[in-house]
Amino acid sequence: MRAKTTELDRVNEQTQTQSQTRRVRGGRILLHIILIVASSLMVAPFLWMVLSSFKTFAEIVSVPPTLIPSQFIWENFTNSLQAMPFGRAYFNSFYISILVVGTQMITASMAAYAFAKLSFPGREALFLLFLSTMMVPMQVTLIPLYLIMEWLGWLNTHLSVIVPNAIFNAFGVFLLRQFIRGIPDDVEEAAVIDGANPMRIYWHVILPLVRPALAAFGIFAFIQIYNNFIQPLVFLSSPELYTVPLLLNYFKGLYAADWALLMAGTTISVVPVLLVYVFAQRQIIEGIALTGSKG
Amino acid sequence: MHNRSRRKWGYLLIAPQLIGLIAFSFIPLLFAFGLSLTDWNGFGSPEFVGIENFILQFQNPAFKTALENTLYYSLLYIPTSIFLALLVALALNNSKGKSVYRFCFFAPVVTSSVSISVIWMWIYNAEIGIINQFLANFGINGPDWISSTTWVIPSIAILSIWWQLGYNMVIFLAGLKGISKTYYEAAEMDGASPIRKFFTITLPLLSPTTFFVAIMSVITSFQVFDQAFVMTNGGPGKGSYTLVFHVYDSAFRKFDFGASASAAVILFVFILIFTLIQFAGSKRWVHYEG
Repeated sequence: MRAKTTELDRVNEQTQTQSQTRRVRGGRILLHIILIVASSLMVAPFLWMVLSSFKTFAEIVSVPPTLIPSQFIWENFTNSLQAMPFGRAYFNSFYISILVVGTQMITASMAAYAFAKLSFPGREALFLLFLSTMMVPMQVTLIPLYLIMEWLGWLNTHLSVIVPNAIFNAFGVFLLRQFIRGIPDDVEEAAVIDGANPMRIYWHVILPLVRPALAAFGIFAFIQIYNNFIQPLVFLSSPELYTVPLLLNYFKGLYAADWALLMAGTTISVVPVLLVYVFAQRQIIEGIALTGSKG
Repeated sequence: MHNRSRRKWGYLLIAPQLIGLIAFSFIPLLFAFGLSLTDWNGFGSPEFVGIENFILQFQNPAFKTALENTLYYSLLYIPTSIFLALLVALALNNSKGKSVYRFCFFAPVVTSSVSISVIWMWIYNAEIGIINQFLANFGINGPDWISSTTWVIPSIAILSIWWQLGYNMVIFLAGLKGISKTYYEAAEMDGASPIRKFFTITLPLLSPTTFFVAIMSVITSFQVFDQAFVMTNGGPGKGSYTLVFHVYDSAFRKFDFGASASAAVILFVFILIFTLIQFAGSKRWVHYEG
Protein backbone atom coordinates (compact mmCIF):
# COMPACT_ATOMS: atom_id res chain seq x y z
CA MET A 1 0.00 0.00 0.00
CA ARG A 2 2.67 2.44 1.11
CA ALA A 3 4.99 1.35 -1.70
CA LYS A 4 2.20 2.00 -4.16
CA THR A 5 1.62 5.55 -2.97
CA THR A 6 5.27 6.50 -3.12
CA GLU A 7 5.39 5.03 -6.60
CA LEU A 8 2.41 7.15 -7.53
CA ASP A 9 4.01 10.19 -5.94
CA ARG A 10 7.10 9.71 -8.06
CA VAL A 11 5.14 9.45 -11.27
CA ASN A 12 3.17 12.52 -10.31
CA GLU A 13 6.26 14.46 -9.45
CA GLN A 14 7.91 13.60 -12.73
CA THR A 15 5.03 15.02 -14.66
CA GLN A 16 5.10 18.24 -12.72
CA THR A 17 7.48 21.01 -13.59
CA GLN A 18 10.57 21.29 -11.46
CA SER A 19 9.49 24.51 -9.75
CA GLN A 20 6.24 22.90 -8.70
CA THR A 21 8.13 19.95 -7.27
CA ARG A 22 10.34 22.31 -5.33
CA ARG A 23 7.32 24.17 -4.01
CA VAL A 24 5.61 20.96 -2.88
CA ARG A 25 8.80 19.79 -1.23
CA GLY A 26 9.26 23.17 0.43
CA GLY A 27 5.69 23.02 1.69
CA ARG A 28 6.27 19.56 3.10
CA ILE A 29 9.40 20.61 4.93
CA LEU A 30 7.57 23.62 6.37
CA LEU A 31 4.71 21.36 7.45
CA HIS A 32 7.12 19.04 9.23
CA ILE A 33 8.84 21.94 10.97
CA ILE A 34 5.46 23.16 12.24
CA LEU A 35 4.49 19.65 13.32
CA ILE A 36 7.79 19.10 15.12
CA VAL A 37 7.42 22.39 17.02
CA ALA A 38 3.78 21.65 17.87
CA SER A 39 4.40 18.09 19.03
CA SER A 40 7.38 19.26 21.09
CA LEU A 41 5.05 21.71 22.81
CA MET A 42 2.72 18.80 23.57
CA VAL A 43 5.38 16.68 25.29
CA ALA A 44 7.43 19.55 26.75
CA PRO A 45 5.48 19.74 30.03
CA PHE A 46 6.14 16.03 30.69
CA LEU A 47 9.78 16.27 29.74
CA TRP A 48 10.28 19.33 31.88
CA MET A 49 8.48 17.68 34.78
CA VAL A 50 10.71 14.61 34.63
CA LEU A 51 13.91 16.67 34.34
CA SER A 52 12.86 18.99 37.16
CA SER A 53 12.05 16.13 39.47
CA PHE A 54 15.80 15.46 39.63
CA LYS A 55 16.75 19.04 40.50
CA THR A 56 17.55 20.61 43.86
CA PHE A 57 15.02 23.05 45.21
CA ALA A 58 17.48 25.90 44.61
CA GLU A 59 17.91 24.90 40.99
CA ILE A 60 14.20 24.52 40.37
CA VAL A 61 13.49 28.09 41.45
CA SER A 62 16.56 29.59 39.78
CA VAL A 63 16.10 32.30 37.16
CA PRO A 64 16.78 31.72 34.27
CA PRO A 65 15.68 28.08 34.42
CA THR A 66 18.05 25.27 33.59
CA LEU A 67 16.91 22.48 31.32
CA ILE A 68 19.20 19.61 32.31
CA PRO A 69 19.72 19.20 36.07
CA SER A 70 23.29 20.09 37.07
CA GLN A 71 23.21 17.04 39.32
CA PHE A 72 20.62 14.30 39.52
CA ILE A 73 18.97 14.24 42.94
CA TRP A 74 17.40 10.80 43.24
CA GLU A 75 16.40 11.61 46.82
CA ASN A 76 13.40 13.59 45.51
CA PHE A 77 11.86 10.29 44.52
CA THR A 78 12.76 8.40 47.68
CA ASN A 79 11.56 11.37 49.75
CA SER A 80 8.25 11.48 47.89
CA LEU A 81 7.77 7.77 48.27
CA GLN A 82 8.51 8.05 51.98
CA ALA A 83 6.34 11.10 52.54
CA MET A 84 3.30 9.47 50.99
CA PRO A 85 2.12 5.87 50.57
CA PHE A 86 2.44 5.95 46.78
CA GLY A 87 3.04 2.21 46.66
CA ARG A 88 -0.25 1.63 48.42
CA ALA A 89 -2.04 4.06 46.10
CA TYR A 90 -0.62 2.24 43.06
CA PHE A 91 -1.83 -1.04 44.41
CA ASN A 92 -5.30 0.43 45.07
CA SER A 93 -5.52 2.04 41.65
CA PHE A 94 -4.33 -1.02 39.77
CA TYR A 95 -6.43 -3.59 41.54
CA ILE A 96 -9.56 -1.41 41.34
CA SER A 97 -8.99 -0.68 37.65
CA ILE A 98 -8.31 -4.30 36.75
CA LEU A 99 -11.36 -5.56 38.63
CA VAL A 100 -13.63 -2.92 37.16
CA VAL A 101 -12.35 -3.25 33.62
CA GLY A 102 -12.37 -7.07 33.67
CA THR A 103 -15.98 -7.15 34.81
CA GLN A 104 -16.98 -4.38 32.42
CA MET A 105 -15.48 -6.26 29.48
CA ILE A 106 -17.53 -9.36 30.26
CA THR A 107 -20.86 -7.76 31.23
CA ALA A 108 -20.74 -5.11 28.49
CA SER A 109 -19.87 -7.59 25.74
CA MET A 110 -22.62 -9.96 26.93
CA ALA A 111 -25.20 -7.18 26.75
CA ALA A 112 -23.75 -5.97 23.46
CA TYR A 113 -24.14 -9.43 21.93
CA ALA A 114 -27.76 -9.66 23.10
CA PHE A 115 -28.56 -6.22 21.70
CA ALA A 116 -26.82 -6.96 18.40
CA LYS A 117 -27.86 -10.51 17.61
CA LEU A 118 -30.73 -11.77 19.77
CA SER A 119 -34.28 -10.58 19.38
CA PHE A 120 -36.47 -10.17 22.42
CA PRO A 121 -39.41 -7.92 23.20
CA GLY A 122 -38.37 -4.48 24.37
CA ARG A 123 -34.88 -4.75 22.91
CA GLU A 124 -34.97 -1.42 21.08
CA ALA A 125 -36.49 0.43 24.04
CA LEU A 126 -33.92 -0.98 26.44
CA PHE A 127 -31.09 -0.11 24.09
CA LEU A 128 -32.42 3.42 23.81
CA LEU A 129 -32.42 3.58 27.60
CA PHE A 130 -28.72 2.65 27.57
CA LEU A 131 -27.99 5.30 24.96
CA SER A 132 -29.88 8.03 26.81
CA THR A 133 -27.90 7.48 30.03
CA MET A 134 -24.79 8.51 28.13
CA MET A 135 -26.27 12.01 28.05
CA VAL A 136 -26.56 12.29 31.83
CA PRO A 137 -23.61 14.11 33.36
CA MET A 138 -21.98 12.06 36.06
CA GLN A 139 -22.31 14.93 38.53
CA VAL A 140 -26.11 14.76 38.42
CA THR A 141 -26.15 11.30 39.91
CA LEU A 142 -23.20 11.93 42.25
CA ILE A 143 -25.19 12.98 45.34
CA PRO A 144 -27.80 10.20 45.06
CA LEU A 145 -24.98 7.73 44.41
CA TYR A 146 -23.24 9.03 47.54
CA LEU A 147 -26.45 8.51 49.54
CA ILE A 148 -26.94 5.03 48.06
CA MET A 149 -23.38 4.15 49.02
CA GLU A 150 -24.00 5.45 52.52
CA TRP A 151 -27.16 3.37 52.72
CA LEU A 152 -25.32 0.24 51.54
CA GLY A 153 -22.57 0.95 54.05
CA TRP A 154 -20.03 1.15 51.24
CA LEU A 155 -18.78 4.69 51.86
CA ASN A 156 -15.06 4.80 52.51
CA THR A 157 -14.62 1.31 51.10
CA HIS A 158 -13.40 0.37 47.66
CA LEU A 159 -16.76 -1.23 46.88
CA SER A 160 -18.13 2.27 46.28
CA VAL A 161 -15.77 2.88 43.36
CA ILE A 162 -15.73 -0.72 42.10
CA VAL A 163 -19.32 -1.98 41.96
CA PRO A 164 -21.17 0.91 40.24
CA ASN A 165 -18.51 1.14 37.53
CA ALA A 166 -17.97 -2.60 37.10
CA ILE A 167 -21.51 -3.48 36.12
CA PHE A 168 -22.50 -0.34 34.28
CA ASN A 169 -20.90 1.15 31.21
CA ALA A 170 -23.46 2.26 28.64
CA PHE A 171 -20.73 3.52 26.36
CA GLY A 172 -19.04 0.11 26.37
CA VAL A 173 -22.30 -1.65 25.53
CA PHE A 174 -22.86 0.76 22.68
CA LEU A 175 -19.33 0.48 21.30
CA LEU A 176 -19.21 -3.32 21.40
CA ARG A 177 -22.70 -3.65 19.94
CA GLN A 178 -21.54 -1.71 16.88
CA PHE A 179 -18.75 -4.24 16.42
CA ILE A 180 -20.84 -7.34 16.95
CA ARG A 181 -23.42 -6.07 14.49
CA GLY A 182 -20.68 -6.15 11.87
CA ILE A 183 -20.22 -9.93 12.31
CA PRO A 184 -22.23 -11.78 9.62
CA ASP A 185 -25.13 -13.86 10.95
CA ASP A 186 -24.02 -17.06 9.22
CA VAL A 187 -20.91 -17.17 11.43
CA GLU A 188 -23.05 -18.22 14.37
CA GLU A 189 -25.53 -20.19 12.24
CA ALA A 190 -23.55 -23.42 12.42
CA ALA A 191 -23.41 -23.19 16.20
CA VAL A 192 -27.17 -22.57 16.33
CA ILE A 193 -27.80 -25.68 14.19
CA ASP A 194 -25.58 -27.68 16.53
CA GLY A 195 -27.98 -26.65 19.28
CA ALA A 196 -25.60 -24.38 21.17
CA ASN A 197 -27.35 -21.89 23.46
CA PRO A 198 -26.60 -18.15 23.16
CA MET A 199 -24.29 -18.24 26.19
CA ARG A 200 -22.11 -20.84 24.48
CA ILE A 201 -22.25 -18.95 21.21
CA TYR A 202 -21.26 -15.76 23.03
CA TRP A 203 -18.34 -17.46 24.70
CA HIS A 204 -17.04 -19.64 21.87
CA VAL A 205 -17.97 -17.72 18.72
CA ILE A 206 -18.56 -14.04 19.46
CA LEU A 207 -15.93 -13.38 22.12
CA PRO A 208 -12.97 -14.62 20.04
CA LEU A 209 -14.18 -12.53 17.10
CA VAL A 210 -14.50 -9.28 19.05
CA ARG A 211 -11.21 -9.72 20.87
CA PRO A 212 -9.49 -6.76 19.14
CA ALA A 213 -12.40 -4.44 19.87
CA LEU A 214 -12.60 -5.75 23.40
CA ALA A 215 -8.90 -5.09 23.93
CA ALA A 216 -9.27 -1.53 22.66
CA PHE A 217 -12.26 -0.95 24.89
CA GLY A 218 -10.50 -2.55 27.88
CA ILE A 219 -7.43 -0.35 27.69
CA PHE A 220 -9.53 2.70 27.08
CA ALA A 221 -11.70 1.86 30.09
CA PHE A 222 -8.60 1.18 32.19
CA ILE A 223 -7.22 4.66 31.56
CA GLN A 224 -10.57 6.21 32.35
CA ILE A 225 -11.03 4.38 35.62
CA TYR A 226 -7.37 4.77 36.66
CA ASN A 227 -7.71 8.53 36.19
CA ASN A 228 -11.14 8.77 37.82
CA PHE A 229 -11.07 11.62 40.33
CA ILE A 230 -14.43 12.97 41.49
CA GLN A 231 -15.93 9.63 42.58
CA PRO A 232 -13.01 8.54 44.78
CA LEU A 233 -12.79 12.13 46.04
CA VAL A 234 -16.35 12.01 47.28
CA PHE A 235 -16.59 8.35 48.36
CA LEU A 236 -13.20 7.70 49.97
CA SER A 237 -11.86 9.51 53.01
CA SER A 238 -9.10 7.36 54.52
CA PRO A 239 -5.71 8.05 52.94
CA GLU A 240 -4.83 4.34 52.92
CA LEU A 241 -7.75 3.79 50.52
CA TYR A 242 -6.66 6.59 48.17
CA THR A 243 -6.07 5.98 44.49
CA VAL A 244 -3.12 7.61 42.70
CA PRO A 245 -4.87 10.83 41.55
CA LEU A 246 -6.40 11.31 44.98
CA LEU A 247 -3.10 10.79 46.76
CA LEU A 248 -1.34 13.20 44.41
CA ASN A 249 -3.96 15.85 45.16
CA TYR A 250 -3.44 15.29 48.90
CA PHE A 251 0.33 15.36 48.44
CA LYS A 252 0.03 18.64 46.53
CA GLY A 253 -1.88 20.16 49.44
CA LEU A 254 0.88 19.26 51.91
CA TYR A 255 3.93 20.16 49.83
CA ALA A 256 2.50 23.05 47.84
CA ALA A 257 5.73 25.04 47.73
CA ASP A 258 8.27 22.23 47.47
CA TRP A 259 8.31 22.06 43.68
CA ALA A 260 11.12 19.53 43.42
CA LEU A 261 9.25 17.09 45.65
CA LEU A 262 5.96 17.88 43.94
CA MET A 263 7.39 17.22 40.49
CA ALA A 264 8.89 13.93 41.69
CA GLY A 265 5.49 12.94 43.09
CA THR A 266 3.74 13.93 39.86
CA THR A 267 6.29 11.97 37.83
CA ILE A 268 5.60 8.95 40.02
CA SER A 269 1.88 9.32 39.33
CA VAL A 270 2.19 9.85 35.58
CA VAL A 271 4.77 7.24 34.61
CA PRO A 272 2.68 4.04 34.94
CA VAL A 273 -0.16 5.27 32.80
CA LEU A 274 2.26 6.69 30.23
CA LEU A 275 3.94 3.28 30.12
CA VAL A 276 0.59 1.60 29.50
CA TYR A 277 0.10 4.13 26.73
CA VAL A 278 3.49 3.42 25.15
CA PHE A 279 2.73 -0.30 24.96
CA ALA A 280 -0.95 -0.12 24.02
CA GLN A 281 -0.85 2.99 21.86
CA ARG A 282 -2.56 1.40 18.88
CA GLN A 283 -5.46 -0.10 20.80
CA ILE A 284 -6.13 3.11 22.72
CA ILE A 285 -6.11 5.29 19.64
CA GLU A 286 -8.20 2.86 17.59
CA GLY A 287 -10.68 2.52 20.43
CA ILE A 288 -11.12 6.26 20.58
CA ALA A 289 -11.24 6.68 16.82
CA LEU A 290 -14.13 4.21 16.77
CA THR A 291 -16.16 6.32 19.15
CA GLY A 292 -16.18 9.07 16.55
CA SER A 293 -16.61 7.17 13.34
CA LYS A 294 -19.36 4.91 14.62
CA GLY A 295 -21.06 7.54 16.75
CA MET B 1 -39.65 -23.01 21.10
CA HIS B 2 -36.29 -22.11 19.70
CA ASN B 3 -37.16 -18.44 19.59
CA ARG B 4 -38.57 -18.42 23.10
CA SER B 5 -35.36 -19.79 24.56
CA ARG B 6 -33.32 -17.23 22.66
CA ARG B 7 -35.56 -14.55 24.13
CA LYS B 8 -34.85 -15.75 27.64
CA TRP B 9 -31.14 -15.66 26.89
CA GLY B 10 -31.45 -12.09 25.63
CA TYR B 11 -32.70 -10.90 29.00
CA LEU B 12 -30.20 -13.05 30.84
CA LEU B 13 -27.26 -11.62 28.93
CA ILE B 14 -28.24 -7.99 29.40
CA ALA B 15 -29.22 -8.55 33.06
CA PRO B 16 -25.94 -7.52 34.77
CA GLN B 17 -25.63 -4.27 32.82
CA LEU B 18 -29.34 -3.58 33.13
CA ILE B 19 -29.20 -4.00 36.91
CA GLY B 20 -26.21 -1.64 36.92
CA LEU B 21 -28.10 0.87 34.82
CA ILE B 22 -31.17 0.78 37.04
CA ALA B 23 -29.30 0.82 40.35
CA PHE B 24 -26.52 3.26 39.53
CA SER B 25 -27.96 5.53 36.87
CA PHE B 26 -31.74 5.38 36.56
CA ILE B 27 -32.64 5.37 40.25
CA PRO B 28 -29.98 7.98 41.12
CA LEU B 29 -31.31 10.18 38.32
CA LEU B 30 -34.89 9.99 39.60
CA PHE B 31 -33.52 10.40 43.13
CA ALA B 32 -31.71 13.58 42.02
CA PHE B 33 -34.91 15.03 40.55
CA GLY B 34 -36.80 14.16 43.74
CA LEU B 35 -34.07 15.56 45.97
CA SER B 36 -34.04 18.82 44.04
CA LEU B 37 -37.61 19.43 45.20
CA THR B 38 -36.74 19.06 48.90
CA ASP B 39 -34.78 21.01 51.47
CA TRP B 40 -32.84 18.01 52.72
CA ASN B 41 -29.49 18.64 54.40
CA GLY B 42 -28.58 15.02 55.08
CA PHE B 43 -30.14 14.94 58.53
CA GLY B 44 -33.74 14.46 59.61
CA SER B 45 -36.50 14.00 57.12
CA PRO B 46 -36.65 15.91 53.85
CA GLU B 47 -39.45 18.38 53.34
CA PHE B 48 -41.04 18.96 49.96
CA VAL B 49 -40.46 22.54 48.86
CA GLY B 50 -41.49 22.38 45.21
CA ILE B 51 -39.44 24.46 42.79
CA GLU B 52 -38.15 26.75 45.53
CA ASN B 53 -34.57 25.44 45.13
CA PHE B 54 -34.63 26.36 41.46
CA ILE B 55 -35.91 29.87 42.16
CA LEU B 56 -33.27 30.29 44.87
CA GLN B 57 -30.52 29.11 42.50
CA PHE B 58 -31.27 31.83 39.99
CA GLN B 59 -31.22 34.41 42.80
CA ASN B 60 -28.00 33.00 44.23
CA PRO B 61 -24.92 35.07 43.27
CA ALA B 62 -22.69 31.99 43.64
CA PHE B 63 -24.77 30.14 41.06
CA LYS B 64 -24.68 33.15 38.74
CA THR B 65 -20.87 33.30 39.03
CA ALA B 66 -20.63 29.56 38.40
CA LEU B 67 -22.81 29.85 35.31
CA GLU B 68 -20.85 32.80 33.95
CA ASN B 69 -17.51 31.09 34.56
CA THR B 70 -18.69 27.88 32.89
CA LEU B 71 -20.06 29.70 29.84
CA TYR B 72 -16.90 31.81 29.53
CA TYR B 73 -14.75 28.69 29.75
CA SER B 74 -16.89 26.88 27.15
CA LEU B 75 -16.72 29.84 24.82
CA LEU B 76 -12.92 29.81 24.98
CA TYR B 77 -12.51 26.05 25.00
CA ILE B 78 -14.98 24.67 22.44
CA PRO B 79 -14.18 26.62 19.23
CA THR B 80 -10.43 26.73 19.85
CA SER B 81 -10.11 23.04 20.64
CA ILE B 82 -12.18 21.96 17.64
CA PHE B 83 -10.32 24.27 15.26
CA LEU B 84 -6.85 23.23 16.47
CA ALA B 85 -7.72 19.52 16.45
CA LEU B 86 -8.97 19.78 12.87
CA LEU B 87 -5.88 21.69 11.85
CA VAL B 88 -3.52 19.11 13.36
CA ALA B 89 -5.52 16.21 11.90
CA LEU B 90 -5.32 17.75 8.43
CA ALA B 91 -1.59 18.30 8.80
CA LEU B 92 -1.07 14.73 9.98
CA ASN B 93 -3.43 13.05 7.55
CA ASN B 94 -1.01 12.54 4.69
CA SER B 95 2.29 13.27 6.33
CA LYS B 96 5.12 10.87 6.91
CA GLY B 97 5.90 9.91 10.50
CA LYS B 98 2.24 10.25 11.40
CA SER B 99 2.42 7.76 14.25
CA VAL B 100 5.27 9.59 15.98
CA TYR B 101 3.44 12.92 15.89
CA ARG B 102 0.17 11.27 16.86
CA PHE B 103 1.91 9.69 19.84
CA CYS B 104 3.07 13.12 21.07
CA PHE B 105 -0.30 14.79 20.59
CA PHE B 106 -2.16 12.03 22.33
CA ALA B 107 0.12 11.60 25.40
CA PRO B 108 -1.68 14.25 27.52
CA VAL B 109 -5.06 12.55 26.94
CA VAL B 110 -4.08 9.46 28.92
CA THR B 111 -2.81 11.48 31.88
CA SER B 112 -5.05 12.13 34.88
CA SER B 113 -6.60 15.53 35.43
CA VAL B 114 -4.83 15.79 38.78
CA SER B 115 -1.36 15.13 37.34
CA ILE B 116 -1.74 17.58 34.49
CA SER B 117 -3.18 20.18 36.86
CA VAL B 118 -0.16 19.91 39.17
CA ILE B 119 2.21 20.19 36.20
CA TRP B 120 0.39 23.25 34.87
CA MET B 121 0.24 24.92 38.31
CA TRP B 122 3.95 25.00 38.02
CA ILE B 123 4.01 26.12 34.38
CA TYR B 124 1.66 28.98 35.32
CA ASN B 125 3.62 30.00 38.43
CA ALA B 126 4.27 33.74 38.31
CA GLU B 127 7.95 33.64 39.37
CA ILE B 128 9.35 30.27 38.41
CA GLY B 129 6.79 29.22 35.79
CA ILE B 130 8.16 28.62 32.31
CA ILE B 131 5.59 30.85 30.59
CA ASN B 132 6.52 33.99 32.48
CA GLN B 133 10.24 33.20 32.28
CA PHE B 134 9.81 32.88 28.52
CA LEU B 135 7.84 36.13 28.30
CA ALA B 136 10.54 37.88 30.36
CA ASN B 137 12.95 37.31 27.45
CA PHE B 138 10.85 39.75 25.47
CA GLY B 139 10.59 42.19 28.35
CA ILE B 140 6.99 41.19 29.05
CA ASN B 141 5.92 41.00 32.65
CA GLY B 142 3.54 38.03 32.57
CA PRO B 143 0.43 37.93 34.75
CA ASP B 144 0.04 35.74 37.79
CA TRP B 145 -1.96 33.31 35.66
CA ILE B 146 -4.02 31.16 37.99
CA SER B 147 -3.96 33.65 40.86
CA SER B 148 -5.53 36.38 38.78
CA THR B 149 -9.32 36.59 38.43
CA THR B 150 -8.89 37.82 34.84
CA TRP B 151 -6.59 35.04 33.74
CA VAL B 152 -7.70 32.01 35.71
CA ILE B 153 -10.46 30.87 33.32
CA PRO B 154 -8.33 31.38 30.17
CA SER B 155 -5.52 29.50 31.96
CA ILE B 156 -7.78 26.53 32.64
CA ALA B 157 -9.05 26.69 29.06
CA ILE B 158 -5.49 26.61 27.67
CA LEU B 159 -4.62 23.63 29.87
CA SER B 160 -7.79 21.80 28.77
CA ILE B 161 -7.15 22.50 25.10
CA TRP B 162 -3.65 21.05 25.46
CA TRP B 163 -4.98 18.11 27.46
CA GLN B 164 -7.80 17.10 25.07
CA LEU B 165 -6.36 18.15 21.70
CA GLY B 166 -5.19 14.63 20.90
CA TYR B 167 -8.60 13.12 21.59
CA ASN B 168 -10.44 15.27 19.05
CA MET B 169 -7.53 14.99 16.63
CA VAL B 170 -7.78 11.19 16.61
CA ILE B 171 -11.51 11.38 15.93
CA PHE B 172 -10.92 13.82 13.07
CA LEU B 173 -8.21 11.54 11.68
CA ALA B 174 -10.66 8.64 11.72
CA GLY B 175 -13.19 10.83 9.91
CA LEU B 176 -10.64 11.85 7.28
CA LYS B 177 -9.72 8.22 6.73
CA GLY B 178 -13.37 7.50 5.96
CA ILE B 179 -13.50 9.91 3.03
CA SER B 180 -13.24 7.98 -0.20
CA LYS B 181 -10.25 8.83 -2.40
CA THR B 182 -12.46 8.79 -5.51
CA TYR B 183 -13.89 12.24 -4.66
CA TYR B 184 -10.43 13.76 -4.70
CA GLU B 185 -9.49 11.95 -7.88
CA ALA B 186 -12.59 13.27 -9.62
CA ALA B 187 -11.87 16.80 -8.37
CA GLU B 188 -8.28 16.57 -9.59
CA MET B 189 -9.52 15.62 -13.06
CA ASP B 190 -11.49 18.85 -13.01
CA GLY B 191 -8.35 20.70 -11.97
CA ALA B 192 -9.63 21.77 -8.56
CA SER B 193 -7.19 23.63 -6.32
CA PRO B 194 -6.31 22.22 -2.86
CA ILE B 195 -8.32 24.99 -1.19
CA ARG B 196 -11.35 24.27 -3.34
CA LYS B 197 -11.00 20.55 -2.63
CA PHE B 198 -10.92 21.27 1.09
CA PHE B 199 -14.09 23.37 1.05
CA THR B 200 -16.11 21.27 -1.41
CA ILE B 201 -15.03 17.75 -0.40
CA THR B 202 -13.18 17.50 2.92
CA LEU B 203 -15.23 19.89 5.02
CA PRO B 204 -18.73 18.68 3.98
CA LEU B 205 -17.80 15.00 4.19
CA LEU B 206 -16.16 15.58 7.55
CA SER B 207 -19.27 17.29 8.93
CA PRO B 208 -20.68 14.24 10.78
CA THR B 209 -17.34 13.92 12.59
CA THR B 210 -17.25 17.64 13.34
CA PHE B 211 -20.78 17.37 14.67
CA PHE B 212 -19.82 14.51 16.98
CA VAL B 213 -16.76 16.40 18.23
CA ALA B 214 -18.86 19.54 18.81
CA ILE B 215 -21.50 17.65 20.82
CA MET B 216 -18.89 15.90 22.96
CA SER B 217 -16.99 19.16 23.52
CA VAL B 218 -20.10 20.92 24.81
CA ILE B 219 -20.89 18.04 27.16
CA THR B 220 -17.37 17.87 28.58
CA SER B 221 -16.78 21.61 28.82
CA PHE B 222 -19.97 22.12 30.84
CA GLN B 223 -18.63 19.61 33.33
CA VAL B 224 -15.28 21.31 33.97
CA PHE B 225 -14.27 20.77 37.59
CA ASP B 226 -11.11 18.76 38.29
CA GLN B 227 -8.63 21.36 37.03
CA ALA B 228 -10.26 24.18 38.99
CA PHE B 229 -10.49 22.01 42.08
CA VAL B 230 -6.84 20.94 42.02
CA MET B 231 -5.16 24.15 40.84
CA THR B 232 -7.13 26.94 42.44
CA ASN B 233 -9.87 25.40 44.59
CA GLY B 234 -12.38 27.51 42.68
CA GLY B 235 -10.42 30.70 43.32
CA PRO B 236 -9.04 33.24 43.42
CA GLY B 237 -12.19 34.43 45.12
CA LYS B 238 -14.76 32.71 42.94
CA GLY B 239 -12.66 33.19 39.80
CA SER B 240 -12.79 29.54 38.71
CA TYR B 241 -15.95 28.52 40.52
CA THR B 242 -17.82 26.44 37.90
CA LEU B 243 -21.26 24.79 37.79
CA VAL B 244 -19.93 21.42 38.89
CA PHE B 245 -17.90 23.17 41.56
CA HIS B 246 -21.16 24.69 42.78
CA VAL B 247 -22.81 21.24 42.82
CA TYR B 248 -19.86 19.81 44.78
CA ASP B 249 -19.61 22.77 47.13
CA SER B 250 -23.34 22.83 47.95
CA ALA B 251 -23.47 19.10 48.67
CA PHE B 252 -20.19 18.15 50.27
CA ARG B 253 -19.15 21.37 51.99
CA LYS B 254 -22.47 23.00 52.82
CA PHE B 255 -24.43 19.72 53.06
CA ASP B 256 -27.33 21.35 51.26
CA PHE B 257 -28.28 18.28 49.25
CA GLY B 258 -31.55 19.71 47.95
CA ALA B 259 -29.92 22.86 46.58
CA SER B 260 -27.03 20.88 45.14
CA ALA B 261 -29.39 18.47 43.39
CA SER B 262 -31.29 21.40 41.89
CA ALA B 263 -28.01 22.84 40.53
CA ALA B 264 -27.16 19.42 39.07
CA VAL B 265 -30.58 19.21 37.43
CA ILE B 266 -30.07 22.67 35.93
CA LEU B 267 -26.68 21.54 34.60
CA PHE B 268 -28.35 18.50 33.06
CA VAL B 269 -31.06 20.66 31.45
CA PHE B 270 -28.45 23.07 30.06
CA ILE B 271 -26.51 20.22 28.47
CA LEU B 272 -29.73 18.79 27.08
CA ILE B 273 -30.81 22.14 25.61
CA PHE B 274 -27.42 22.82 24.03
CA THR B 275 -27.29 19.32 22.58
CA LEU B 276 -30.81 19.65 21.14
CA ILE B 277 -29.95 23.04 19.64
CA GLN B 278 -26.93 21.46 18.02
CA PHE B 279 -29.05 18.62 16.66
CA ALA B 280 -31.59 21.09 15.28
CA GLY B 281 -28.89 23.25 13.73
CA SER B 282 -27.01 20.27 12.33
CA LYS B 283 -29.55 19.81 9.52
CA ARG B 284 -28.09 22.90 7.88
CA TRP B 285 -24.49 21.83 7.87
CA VAL B 286 -24.08 18.12 8.54
CA HIS B 287 -24.05 16.01 5.39
CA TYR B 288 -24.33 12.27 5.61
CA GLU B 289 -23.07 10.26 2.70
CA GLY B 290 -25.44 8.21 0.60
